[in-house]
Amino acid sequence: MESVTCSAPHVPHGRHAVPQKSQGARARYQEIQRALEKALRGERLSFDEGVSLFYSPDLVELGAVADALNQKKNGRDVYFNVNRHINPTNICALSCKFCAFSRKPGDEGAYAYSEDEIAHRAKVAAESGATEVHMVGGLHPRWKLENYKNIIRTVKATAPHLHVKAFTAVELDWLARKERKTVHDVLCELRDSGLGSLPGGGAEIFAPYVREKICDTKLTGEGWLNIHKTAHQMGLRSNCTMLYGHIEDIGARVDHMIRLRELQDETNGFNVFIPLAFQPENNELGIDRHTYGVDDLKTIAVARIMLDNFKHIKSYWVMTGERVAQTALHYGANDLDGTVVEEKIANMAGSRAGMAMAKSRILGVIRDAGRIPVERSTVYEPIRRYDNPAEDQQ
Amino acid sequence: MNHNSLDIKNNPYLINCAAKVPVREFEAQLNQSSLIAAAGFQEAPTLSEINERDSKRSEIVKAQVPQTKVHDSLMLSKIEAAESSGLKEAYQTALAGQRLTGEQGLMLLESGDLNLLGWLATKAKERFHPQGKVSYLLDRNINYTNICRVGCDFCAFYRRGHEADSYVLPKEQIWKKIEETIEVGGTGTLMQGGVNPHLKIEYYEDLFKSIKERYKIHLHALSVIEIEGIAQVSRLSVEETLERLKAAGLDSIPGAGAEILADEIRLEQSPVKRHSHRWISVMQAAHRANLPTTATMMFGALEERKHIIEHILRIRDAQDETNGFYAFILWTFQGEHTELLKKNPDLQQTSGAEYLRVLAVSRLMMDNIPNIQGSWVTMGPKIGQISLHYGANDMGSIMIEENVVSAAGTSFSLDRKNMVELIRRAGFTPVQRDTYYNILTEHEETH
Repeated sequence: MESVTCSAPHVPHGRHAVPQKSQGARARYQEIQRALEKALRGERLSFDEGVSLFYSPDLVELGAVADALNQKKNGRDVYFNVNRHINPTNICALSCKFCAFSRKPGDEGAYAYSEDEIAHRAKVAAESGATEVHMVGGLHPRWKLENYKNIIRTVKATAPHLHVKAFTAVELDWLARKERKTVHDVLCELRDSGLGSLPGGGAEIFAPYVREKICDTKLTGEGWLNIHKTAHQMGLRSNCTMLYGHIEDIGARVDHMIRLRELQDETNGFNVFIPLAFQPENNELGIDRHTYGVDDLKTIAVARIMLDNFKHIKSYWVMTGERVAQTALHYGANDLDGTVVEEKIANMAGSRAGMAMAKSRILGVIRDAGRIPVERSTVYEPIRRYDNPAEDQQ
Repeated sequence: MNHNSLDIKNNPYLINCAAKVPVREFEAQLNQSSLIAAAGFQEAPTLSEINERDSKRSEIVKAQVPQTKVHDSLMLSKIEAAESSGLKEAYQTALAGQRLTGEQGLMLLESGDLNLLGWLATKAKERFHPQGKVSYLLDRNINYTNICRVGCDFCAFYRRGHEADSYVLPKEQIWKKIEETIEVGGTGTLMQGGVNPHLKIEYYEDLFKSIKERYKIHLHALSVIEIEGIAQVSRLSVEETLERLKAAGLDSIPGAGAEILADEIRLEQSPVKRHSHRWISVMQAAHRANLPTTATMMFGALEERKHIIEHILRIRDAQDETNGFYAFILWTFQGEHTELLKKNPDLQQTSGAEYLRVLAVSRLMMDNIPNIQGSWVTMGPKIGQISLHYGANDMGSIMIEENVVSAAGTSFSLDRKNMVELIRRAGFTPVQRDTYYNILTEHEETH
């Protein structure tokens, strides 16, 4: 099987892709204007153009262009889903510097759910109207493929209609190496147990010069892309993410988006792109600040403009807070994620957004932004369009 | 001329507000190089100086602005595509910089496109502040007494006077706080307290004089209800009270306590405080006494959008008459532990989009008030930063906290660093201002 390579990096290794100083403010501004015009004509933007957008002085302008592109694809509909997160274990063999969630076996607070505990959570999820469980966790040193299959089977046995979106490329890679199987074979077995699609976690930042500084023991960027490619080729859809706001530069962000865009060209298997704002507590990178609001909005807008082959861009309220996530609906995002009961990973890293948002609140937030809430399935099939507030309870 | 006071009659920027001329002069005044100096108050430039500087600068600005803008054509087409002719007219009125009616304001608030409102509000802001500067203030909140005879339900601060922790701060303590403020670069104090029935005008005169004799500091103090209280216990009219306070050294009055100036809502929120026309009339009396004030609005508590517009209109009308409001400050209701929330448990926090809409519409409607603050305190730093693209030109005050100052100002300087970075990352030049919005220090580019 042909693999994705990162042999032609979009960013000069280790260099900050900042527009040339000598370029001058006026020339830079005109470059941004040309890029935006190009985007509005439906043309694809280059790496340099993507970088220049981040240097746009005019936030609202960027948002208006991204909003126009979004409305061309999605109208005024904004998606959400009713889901529940289950993080089966926080015991992890890796030590990513940005992670506040992972524990070593025997550490205080280390946990691994039993099948009963998973079944209980699945049952509660199904009873509360969820259509999806989102499961990602640590790389438990003693868990084998059989454990993962059992987790999925447990959910499916408890609530057969729940879509299981589970296990990041990092977990799959770990399992495959442990079992001495190909990722393809691992995915086949998991799919036979009931796996519905893959979440987008573990992508972090692909550019090696950043990745080696934040998670050198983790699956590489190429590895991540290859696993998603494998899944797509089997007909399993997946999501993709980008962790921003830590030590990466703008070039690394645009590079990340372009690599995803290239794979999407090839497979068209990504549902949605989800930028994840870095959470600054309890990490080892020495970063003590949340991302800036303007940066959150710019990142969403540039993603919408750069990712011309993605239909959906998610503004994940757990990471940026409800207010910015809502505002982002005017900056190119058309999805607010879900009700997310019991999110632990961002929460332990200092997310200020809390762990759950009631469905009524999500409806209110979307409407308050002047958009129409649409409940969706995991793979973005519309389930119900809430275009009349009087009928919400029905 | 007393450097520490703002002379409304002779102040060029306020004159121009009244004449509804785009207030370039004010910006020019801000850019006067002698003002960009160490903390301290400077004499205002003359009108001819301002005009000369302004014409030079507008040539430079014209030369720098590129002719084509994607933004403009995109936004103009949005205006063309407006869902009703009334809304379209409102957009066009705002774009032309003309005065919006209440109906138009309400229409923009209810069905305006968020991006379009941001674009229009930014244009309106640039009429007052064409240079992309965003200001902040370093000052200190001094609550000189907690004894209060009003006792609002939502207040946890007040005491009746007999409790062990009732206090009136001794002058020496107030002086010390002011010294600490000046030491870390602060330029003003915000002095507010309870409505203490034992404190007559002589107390305030003595306190203010003692401060002004010792320190070069801006006294932004009292509130409508305190001023009424002082007048009452001293058996003076509000006008006499204001005259005497000003003579003693009061520089300006914070516009707190305005909440929403629509009586039906106001009664619900704080039945004890006076009706809205009282608030306006005390503020206007202050303006007539050459005491400039700010105006505030607290929303997100029970009011409807029409009440927000009513509030804006009342302040705009008052400003047309007395022209003494130099800033408009928006707050959102913070519900925790308040009676109001207990009585209305379904009350939701103001959303980001709603806040930005209200802010943008305020900027568009308030064509006679030069400064609008974004509230990072009530909306969080993220929305606070974003608000700079929706009409706000100021981030308000970095309040110097008690414990922080005593800890040698280290964490304070971090706050200042964060503020500067926040403004810079939003694409603006951070400047420290005094309470009257004169620029004191411009922060240089770091790259």
